[in-house]
Amino acid sequence: MASENPSASEYVLHHLTNFSVGEGIWTLHVDTLFFSWLTGIFFVTVLWLGARTATAGIPGKMQNFVEMLVDWVDNSVKETFHGPRDFIGPLALTIFVWVLLWNFLDLIPVDWVPMFAYLVFGFEYTRIVPSADINAPFALSISVLLLIIVYSIKGKGFGGYGKELLTHPFGSHPLLWIPNLLLNVVELLAKPVSLAMRLFGNLYAAELIFVLIALLPAWILFVPGSAWAVFHILVVPLQAFLFMTLTIVYLSLAYEKH
Amino acid sequence: MQVSLGTLIAQGISFFVFIWVTMKLVWPPLVKAMAERRAKIADGLAAAERGKSELEEASTQADSLVRAARDQAAEILEQANRRAANIEAEAKSDGERERERQLTAARAEIEQEISRARDELRGQVAEIAITSAEKILGREIDAGKHRDILDKLAAQI
Repeated sequence: MASENPSASEYVLHHLTNFSVGEGIWTLHVDTLFFSWLTGIFFVTVLWLGARTATAGIPGKMQNFVEMLVDWVDNSVKETFHGPRDFIGPLALTIFVWVLLWNFLDLIPVDWVPMFAYLVFGFEYTRIVPSADINAPFALSISVLLLIIVYSIKGKGFGGYGKELLTHPFGSHPLLWIPNLLLNVVELLAKPVSLAMRLFGNLYAAELIFVLIALLPAWILFVPGSAWAVFHILVVPLQAFLFMTLTIVYLSLAYEKH
Repeated sequence: MQVSLGTLIAQGISFFVFIWVTMKLVWPPLVKAMAERRAKIADGLAAAERGKSELEEASTQADSLVRAARDQAAEILEQANRRAANIEAEAKSDGERERERQLTAARAEIEQEISRARDELRGQVAEIAITSAEKILGREIDAGKHRDILDKLAAQI
């Protein structure tokens, strides 16, 4: 803790500060990366345990659970994206499960992990929810932007994609090329921004509210705390699902010829 | 809200690492297992359908076999009945004939026996008559002289 008896604003700010290493733009948010990798390794391990001994016969409980997830994601992808799913499937699965676990970290009472990290390791700042750190959602959505470009070229060819950028939506007259390109670039950039901001905004706001609730006196704290947590349980999978679905939609729009 | 390019890039790389791991270790075995299971279930359903039609066929075949067997059995039974009736009739007529034969034989014998007894009786009667007459008359009757009377008497018995 910054001080033994922090003021309300100090407390809130403290909770919204990442454990950073380095200076300026190359700063690393160690806590975000740590908890991303923790949740990532966790979900990959769980899924791998289910997939490791996958048989076409009667599935075990673990395989059943993982299959349910994979089947659901596969169907979600199949409905929208009409192309090979060897990459898009795992991509969608990774996004959904990873973001879901990130968001779930928000339900851990706000002081537990920072306090633990401070008392045991002496870490000044710890933020455990990667999706409430703007860099994590943007890392995903910018990766998705790159994939949109890759899939546009894959689906339409280099020339076809270039032509679409220059001639849609207004027309193919050379005078319209610049406005077309501008509009397409804006549209392209809007996708990752909306994708990341939607997730970040929801989780950041939720975290902030949890922190504010934590400022209430202890005897009343659990009432709004649990109420908000119940509400937040709806937000957690919804945002993960939205991120996954919108990614699939963007990629299918990019991949398909118009 | 601190933008950190380092975190952004590291996080992006992590993202692709996890996608890659999912793509290599998780996705293919499960998708393959599910596809195989789907094929297996489809095969199983087809086999069940086939089995059902085979069963139907077999049961109709069995029905016709049973019907044929029943018909044959009925025919055999009828034949046997006819045969039994024949045999019975034959045996009855044989018995009848035998009875007739034995009856006639017995009758003839009885007839013989009767006539023999009668002859014997006749002789005895004649003798008794003579003896009686002798006793009554106190003297001998000449059988030769009274032959005609005696014969008449004997004939009346």
